[in-house]
Amino acid sequence: MGIPVEQILIQTINGVVTGMILALVASGLTLIFGIMEVVNFAHGELFMLGAYVGVLILAATGDFWLALATATLAIALLGAVIYLTTLRPLLGRDPLYTILATFGVSLVLQNYALWQFGPVARKIEEPFTGQFTLFYLSYPWYRIVIALLSAAIIGALWLFLKFGTWGIWIRATTQDRVMAQAMGIPVPWVLTGVFAIGAGMAAASGVLFGPLVGVTHVMGVDWVLKAFIVVVVGGMGNLAGSIAAAIFISLLEAYASLWVSPAQAVIVSFVVLILTLLFRPTGLFVPTPK
Amino acid sequence: MSPGGTTVQPLVKVEDIHTYYGKSHILHGVSLEVGKGEVVGLLGRNGVGKSTTLKAIMGLVRPSRGRVLFEGQAIAHLPAHRLARLGIGYVPEDRRIFRLLSVTENLRTGLDRHGVSKSRKAELLDKVYGYFPVLAERRNQAGGTLSGGEQQMLAIARAMMLEPKIILLDEPTEGLMPRMVGEIGQIIHMLRRENVAVLLVEQNVPLTLEAGQRIYFIEKGVVRHHALASELRVNDAVIHQYLGV
Repeated sequence: MGIPVEQILIQTINGVVTGMILALVASGLTLIFGIMEVVNFAHGELFMLGAYVGVLILAATGDFWLALATATLAIALLGAVIYLTTLRPLLGRDPLYTILATFGVSLVLQNYALWQFGPVARKIEEPFTGQFTLFYLSYPWYRIVIALLSAAIIGALWLFLKFGTWGIWIRATTQDRVMAQAMGIPVPWVLTGVFAIGAGMAAASGVLFGPLVGVTHVMGVDWVLKAFIVVVVGGMGNLAGSIAAAIFISLLEAYASLWVSPAQAVIVSFVVLILTLLFRPTGLFVPTPK
Repeated sequence: MSPGGTTVQPLVKVEDIHTYYGKSHILHGVSLEVGKGEVVGLLGRNGVGKSTTLKAIMGLVRPSRGRVLFEGQAIAHLPAHRLARLGIGYVPEDRRIFRLLSVTENLRTGLDRHGVSKSRKAELLDKVYGYFPVLAERRNQAGGTLSGGEQQMLAIARAMMLEPKIILLDEPTEGLMPRMVGEIGQIIHMLRRENVAVLLVEQNVPLTLEAGQRIYFIEKGVVRHHALASELRVNDAVIHQYLGV
């Protein structure tokens, strides 16, 4: 075929950059699934609303980083409210109820955004526009920064879960909710907190990714679909697996688009998803169950 | 009917509780008391509601009728995590160690709570590691990799982190080697010395009679009989009657 080495390198960088954002979206999703077994169909809308909050704060203050922080906190708060009003009353019911509930929430949020902000895409200006030369391309620094920031946020989440009281509470609740309660862990608050954290992470990725695509009321749909693929391929509820899967799938897509158009390259993700479901439904990136 | 029954306010008082699991009526009116620092046994055949009684005290099963009092306060409506912080420790039948958490992290699930100073936390950890040196050796090992006996010790040690006034101990010797059974007996004595009350559910009758001060017999979801352990040790007719052994 004769693909030049430069192109392969460029696509590797592209794949890793997209993979890191996808990992950020997916880790919120998998965290929520892992601890409360809620498949959050509204995750993409939290991503989208985060981007819109970013647009508003950026327009008002001109400070991208303030916009990022505000959007994260605001959507985390919204996540807590959504959890308390729609999911907590369904605790202990069949998972189908929570799927329908979060799907309903996603429709409400999407149409709210359409009503409030209209169908025209908004733009988030990149915090800096510098570029560097990558072979024959001028590659925006901002893309590299997104990847690093996503990695930093995921790293912070990992440290938070690994050390510290809340981390132990969250992991204990994930493993055995009843026993966690019997040990005095305030499980209702832990669940609310985790949903808020997941929502905040979705919002942060929305703001970070906004400058690359433009902000619309349906921008979450594609991402959440991909994040779901990642979560399934990585093993439901498995954080490290999701990160690995996000990078793996994004790299595959990036390489595939060397041969076919990027729109067709998406097919690769679905092929991986179907193969995973057929041959290893517990996920590719989890230890083989004994 | 109430030999040696406490005249002062009991630590835990269960009054005529009824519970359902789905449509099946599990407890048909269980009443019992545990005094401060007292070790009380709960004997009965399989499936008569012993574990459910403990779960009802712990707030894990909601009684549809009756009351549970802790230090005179009605608690049946409180969530389990509040009860744990009031001073009720729970060691379930299947131990329910957090398998992916290390030994220390398992202990910290009960230790990390408001109002416990850093030095007090270190003191509690040291004390428990002193009682259970094998846990100290394995403090960084995942809970799931411990042997059955070690997991049982961890489950008890974990409950002790709450500085409980009572520990609800559900079949601690189940599935353990005979050598470990003796050790569980010693742990119960240690809890008694620490003035921690124990409500012990067991299949092992000699251990229960040896460790307990008073014994309740439960049959088909109702407490049928109640006696001092010292009396049962010399007259085991009651035991034959309720347990058929």
